[in-house]
Amino acid sequence: MKNSLLVSDARTKKRNAAEARFKAYGLSAIVVAMLALAVLLTSVLTNGLSSFQQTFIALPIELSEDRVDKQGNRDPAEMAKTTTIGYAPLLRAAIVAEVERQGLTTALSDKDLGELISKEAAATVRDRVLANPDLVGQTVTFDLLASGRIDGYFKGRVTMESAALDGNTSPEALMIAQSLADAGVIDTKFNWNFFTAPDASVQRPEAAGLGVAILGSLYMMLVVLFLALPIGVASSIYLEEFAPKNRITDIIEVNISNLAAVPSIVYGILGLAIFINFMEFNQSSPLVGGLVLTLMTLPTIIISTRAALKSVPPSIRDAALGVGASKMQSVFHHVLPLAAPGILTGTIIGLAQALGETAPLLLIGMVAFVREYPAAYTPEAGLFGEASTALPVQVFNWTQRSDPAFVERASGAIITLLVFLLIMNAVAIYLRRRFERRW
Amino acid sequence: MQSLTTPLLFVLALAVVGYFIAKSRALHVAGGDIRTLVSLPKQHALNTVLSTAIPAFGAVLMLALYSRITGTTPGWFFSLVVLGLGITGFALSLIGIKTQTRARTYAERWIMGLLIFSSTIAIMTTVGIVFSMLFETFNFFGQYDWRDFFFSTTWSPNFRGNSDLGIIPLLWGTLYVSFIALIFAVPIGLFAAIYLSEYAGPRLRAVAKPAIEVLAGIPTIVYGLFALITVGPLLRDVFAEPMGLGQSASSVMTAGLVMGIMLIPFVSSLSDDIINAVPQAMRDGSLGLGATHSETIRQVVLPAALPGIVGAILLAASRAIGETMIVVLGAGAAARLSLNPFEAMTTVTVKIVSQLTGDTDFASPETLVAFALGLTLFVITLGLNVFALYIVRRYREQYE
Repeated sequence: MKNSLLVSDARTKKRNAAEARFKAYGLSAIVVAMLALAVLLTSVLTNGLSSFQQTFIALPIELSEDRVDKQGNRDPAEMAKTTTIGYAPLLRAAIVAEVERQGLTTALSDKDLGELISKEAAATVRDRVLANPDLVGQTVTFDLLASGRIDGYFKGRVTMESAALDGNTSPEALMIAQSLADAGVIDTKFNWNFFTAPDASVQRPEAAGLGVAILGSLYMMLVVLFLALPIGVASSIYLEEFAPKNRITDIIEVNISNLAAVPSIVYGILGLAIFINFMEFNQSSPLVGGLVLTLMTLPTIIISTRAALKSVPPSIRDAALGVGASKMQSVFHHVLPLAAPGILTGTIIGLAQALGETAPLLLIGMVAFVREYPAAYTPEAGLFGEASTALPVQVFNWTQRSDPAFVERASGAIITLLVFLLIMNAVAIYLRRRFERRW
Repeated sequence: MQSLTTPLLFVLALAVVGYFIAKSRALHVAGGDIRTLVSLPKQHALNTVLSTAIPAFGAVLMLALYSRITGTTPGWFFSLVVLGLGITGFALSLIGIKTQTRARTYAERWIMGLLIFSSTIAIMTTVGIVFSMLFETFNFFGQYDWRDFFFSTTWSPNFRGNSDLGIIPLLWGTLYVSFIALIFAVPIGLFAAIYLSEYAGPRLRAVAKPAIEVLAGIPTIVYGLFALITVGPLLRDVFAEPMGLGQSASSVMTAGLVMGIMLIPFVSSLSDDIINAVPQAMRDGSLGLGATHSETIRQVVLPAALPGIVGAILLAASRAIGETMIVVLGAGAAARLSLNPFEAMTTVTVKIVSQLTGDTDFASPETLVAFALGLTLFVITLGLNVFALYIVRRYREQYE
């Protein structure tokens, strides 16, 4: 039975083994790729989800008149002379009183107890009082931010062991915080401030938020949408429908495909040299950021728009021309509406790409520390001319700070960014599924 | 710029008013019967709007550019030019409304002008990129010897002057990181593409293909953060420190690995297209001769697809070389010529960012060097792209 078809010989076995091996390589490559995606997302989620929660201390604060309103006339302009430094003792007194009321004893000094509260909290109280002077003289319960270390303790980032080595907190502070939490004074709640508050200084990670960054990104997306969409569609229409087949058209087409592959940081250099140094637009303004991102996304939009135009069959154009439409009318009245879903999908994908882009924005100065919400228009700075930052740049900014609390913030910002991207891509896929026509 | 806003707004208002005037005038000329008109009233109206607005807008652009170049502030004369052009276009188009006027043709000429202008923006961008970098690079080479820039092996910028600005350590870091990224991404991407296009059933394809493409949609800052907080410390604790190769979390290996993940979808989707373009007849022929599936792929499909795959790898390499955020957060900032992959090294893009984001004098060679680095980067990536596209295009023609 040496040469039976039913018994495979050594060579066949070897070949079959090679076949199985090859298949296993392919499968494992896919597994590795999907694993990488899973690890990436898990890492960001585990690091960042806690930033959507924040620890607050509920304290009744006695807003005594002689502290807050020295003139006693409830005039906000006069009261504004009391700075946040003037409010800090009120907060300290409040937490000391609260600890006593709960019957807790601690080795901490009053000053150390005061440091359980975030440095940002005094400003929160002051703003509330200035907005509503009638509060003066009353005892009002405020939800105050806990300091970054205390917040970290309730999120598991700070432990008794790490606190013992930490100059900014101590195990005693964590223990008293734990007792206050058991008494219901300290509570961890959903952190709306993370989405609305501006960035905060290096010592106050607990107060840092994405408000300015989201606003800046939104402005830039508006600029990109209003510039890149019309310009991209117009140039696609010309190249796809009207351009004669000659050398100049060829140059433009090669140019566009090469621009799509230019590293994004080169666009940042362009923005710095042309828009900031030459045109003298404001540094770190959403206008410049938007212009740079527009130039960057134009190739993407042009390529997808041309594909969408190309997929409209010539019979549509011929029919329009046949009933007396001009070439231009056939394109604008018939081809363009039919290609619109494809164009929209491409535009959204281009916008999503622009939303996540970081490198060029670093070069045009969007790394600056901005605490003021940028206005869309001011007479001095013009349209979208006020300094701002952007979501991905804010992530970069936070990674450059040493406090580990900022790593949590950065990951939280990434999750926010990814959610925006997910929504945009989902809309794009929905539009494609819903409206795409096969001819 | 500011002083031109008012005349511009006036011209816009004029255009809006012109729309309605032209429409009613066309009806009036037709004596209420639009069948006597060669062009519809709305086309006369469109022509008026465009003839009013386009020349004025063009003038604003030109004048703004002119005043930037000469350094003059736009005065009343500029406003007058803008207003004059707007009013002239407005008047001429209204006077021209007759029953025989071919307003549709005129309006479409304006639109065509707009379309052509839009498509030249791509060219202007390229020109802008090249000129902005060339100009500052010349400034840089006026202050710093080009031989030192290209051939010196030390990079130590010193903001008091006397800096060593040699590009070689930066290029070395760039190439090293890209090399590791490609070592990682090419086999995985290629095998994934082969499996998906040759073996996978529709169910696996429906899951795996989008999942791999999700990797392509993730912004690079996310990869950068991943390198910084997860991959870097992991590599340091598991490999570098026990093996005594270094204590740094940011290293060539960190950046290379993470960049490799980023490039997987890039390699796999390009290779997928190319493998699918190999004609089925070639596979059938090989299988018919008794080759196994994997033998067919290795000996028939891959050689046929080879030029395209090389093109895809080159495109991925150009991506890797130009990548910024992953290396900024993952590779480190020390310019170093070393073979140890667990040491922190720096790249061209990292240095562009660090030289241009500091508070330094813009005219100093330490800042201007960023433009020379940018130009070098641009030339390298452009060269790779052109070469890759050439290969891919030539290959595609073979089977079409």
